[in-house]
Amino acid sequence: MNLLWLAFTIVGVLTGVLLSAKAVDPNMMLHGMMFTLASILSAFALIARHYRNASAPSLASENGSVNYNTEILKAGVIASAFWGIAGFAVGLVIALQLAFPALNFDLPWTNFGRLRPLHTSAVIFAFGGNILIMTSFHVVQRTCRARLAGDIAPWFVFWGYQLFIVLAATGYLLGVTQSKEYAEPEWYVDIWLTLVWVVYLLVFLATLWRRQEKHIYVANWFYLAFIVTIAMLHVVNNLSVPVSFAGVKSYSLFAGVQSALTQWWYGHNAVGFFLTAGFLGIMYYYIPKRVNRPVYSYRLSIIHFWSLIFLYIWAGPHHLHYTALPDWAQTLGMTFSVMLWMPSWGGMINGLMTLSGAWDKLRTDPVVRFLVTSVAFYGMSTFEGPLMSIKAVNALSHYTDWTIGHVHSGALGWVAYISFGALYFMVPVLWKRKSLYSDALVNLHFWISTVGILLYITAMWVSGILQGLMWRAYDAFGFLEYSFSETVEAMHPFYVIRALGGLLFLIGALIMIYNLWRTARGDVREKEAGKLVPNLEYAGAR
Amino acid sequence: MSKEVEKDDVTGTETTGHEWDGIKELDTPMPRWWLWTMYGTIIWSIGYWIVMPAWPLVSSYTEGFLGYSSRGALEQELEEANEAQAGDRAALVTTELEDIKNNDQLYQFALRGGKSAFAVNCSQCHGSGAAGAPGFPNLNDDDWLWGGSVDQIYETIKYGIRSDHDDTRIGEMPAFLTNEMLDRSQINDVTEYVLSLSDTREDKEAVARGEVVFQENCASCHGENAKGNREFGAPNLTDAIWFYGKDKDVILRTISRGRNNVMPAWVDRLDDATIRQLALYVHSLGGGE
Repeated sequence: MNLLWLAFTIVGVLTGVLLSAKAVDPNMMLHGMMFTLASILSAFALIARHYRNASAPSLASENGSVNYNTEILKAGVIASAFWGIAGFAVGLVIALQLAFPALNFDLPWTNFGRLRPLHTSAVIFAFGGNILIMTSFHVVQRTCRARLAGDIAPWFVFWGYQLFIVLAATGYLLGVTQSKEYAEPEWYVDIWLTLVWVVYLLVFLATLWRRQEKHIYVANWFYLAFIVTIAMLHVVNNLSVPVSFAGVKSYSLFAGVQSALTQWWYGHNAVGFFLTAGFLGIMYYYIPKRVNRPVYSYRLSIIHFWSLIFLYIWAGPHHLHYTALPDWAQTLGMTFSVMLWMPSWGGMINGLMTLSGAWDKLRTDPVVRFLVTSVAFYGMSTFEGPLMSIKAVNALSHYTDWTIGHVHSGALGWVAYISFGALYFMVPVLWKRKSLYSDALVNLHFWISTVGILLYITAMWVSGILQGLMWRAYDAFGFLEYSFSETVEAMHPFYVIRALGGLLFLIGALIMIYNLWRTARGDVREKEAGKLVPNLEYAGAR
Repeated sequence: MSKEVEKDDVTGTETTGHEWDGIKELDTPMPRWWLWTMYGTIIWSIGYWIVMPAWPLVSSYTEGFLGYSSRGALEQELEEANEAQAGDRAALVTTELEDIKNNDQLYQFALRGGKSAFAVNCSQCHGSGAAGAPGFPNLNDDDWLWGGSVDQIYETIKYGIRSDHDDTRIGEMPAFLTNEMLDRSQINDVTEYVLSLSDTREDKEAVARGEVVFQENCASCHGENAKGNREFGAPNLTDAIWFYGKDKDVILRTISRGRNNVMPAWVDRLDDATIRQLALYVHSLGGGE
């Protein structure tokens, strides 16, 4: 089996060398070299592993309990933390660029147009993606009572995904993009991600296959839906024809309104299946674990899962209201978005009501505060979404900062908070510590970033609605009241407030990194010794 | 797993009897309000599909009972907006520009429309406050290259300056160095002279030499007294208002390389009523003659 992987690295080296040698543009030459380097490093790692005489670890440990693969999870925690900070920092930079355009520095590499996809991809795919892969590997092992399938395969998924991130990010800075929102990487990076993703799916499925539980836990349904659907979305939206097999540029298979609709079918379901379904998987494990209470309603979980999966896939056209998209498609996009409201809220109800009998933990455990607040933001965003998809509302909100505010109440409030909660839960578990280093720092992180989020989203609500109203303002004679540049000028104070919110959020995340690092080292903050919320897994000595 | 039904102590609800890594599930029924709200959104959607365009068929789609189409709605809105303005727009075209000011309602209409059209079409070069920028004249002052009466402004906007229209206004600032009409020292002298017209200069000899160069080469357009000539769009060089900038370097460059920037002709892009609105608006900014 190791030999097979070694063969893959040799194929990788050859492909990389060929791409860089035959490259028709310098960007492909660079990416070919990076691919070669990554393949060589992988080959060395495999050979070193062979000479360490490392055989595949046994499925069960000596006392008969499952020998879980925790090394891959530790790597996932580190990668998530790293990309999180990177993504938030770039977000702060572009927020400042919008408030103070001089910060573009008139350089192509630091221009807003290139940094913006760097930010969105870093937070969604690098931070969110690593969190999803890592937590799914954790949850599927625990809830199946089975060691993660594959020995090298999970590491291929991990490192392959990091390589995807680096290729995508360096490409953006050099101007390599296919200009599709959230699907900017060019054809060769897309093919690489497809390979990685298929292995990810196989690892997940094989772990489910060897489970020792009769039923598959609800969190795993959500993870599986996320993995399968993202594969489909990714492949279809990125169908394109490369101009040259040794060049970065490609042309999409779709044109005109078909291209727009395919893009937003992809784009909206990236939100639906990456940032919603996947993160609901996180919620369904970490909330009941942390509060130590049963999930509120099994029936609700079935109904809201299937209705969410069925309805979400239709909602994309609401991104194209009042465009060249046919009216019937706009109607379907809008009505399915409205029908999606309750299926989304099913997850919120199940998350919040799982706290019945443990609401006091909201006061005593700051990690629970993160988890519960994330569900509250989830509920708010999934109400706001259907609202904004209604055409009359969309006529005001579309193309304004309201959309940016909406996205960030979901991204910062829901996605990041549930991720922070999972990280705070996992680090003491993985590094076998009795508790976190400090609960007070978790609390500080919580309040700093909550103030940051509130500043961010209220600034964007006000500026978005102001912007929308200014665009449509007519005077008594029927002439436009404002020029576009006047509306841009009016946004300035809100852009400054938004950047301040982003700064607070970043500071909070840095506090978390410090806290997690000290926890992993085994430190306990002296002042809090004996008063920290215990890691229940530690007492169980699993 | 026991056959007996297990109950949760806190809520008294039955569990499903499964357990994963310590997590159990309660068999709580779905909240009624949740279920009924979901049914409500489904019924509302079905109602919406019946009255609006909704489902694709083989080569058409269900159009809905209300007969709505966004294209139709847009056309109707545009029609209503055009209708509301039709009277004033017609009057704008048929009334002499100079007389429009006497009709207060029509004049206000023209100014508002002009402001709006200016923001969309003109502010990119002249600035949203019409204060201009180097190479783009300030329209607030009373210094006019081609004339500041409302009719002259109207003509400038309509046909442009050095534009591709046959009736464009034309004037040329030649490139005296590039075309070898003057040498570097002559250009330096004439620059000193031009600067001396609005400022004190130390090099009096250069100014004196420059005046000779000026009278021989520049006066034909800018006038013997350098006060400019609107026939050629030649600027007045004696005031403190500078088209491209007041620094010596800028003036040296202007004389050496020439200046021939373009104001587009708007006659092919805007209707006559809008051009008239723009002329009246620009005229009203402060410097109108």
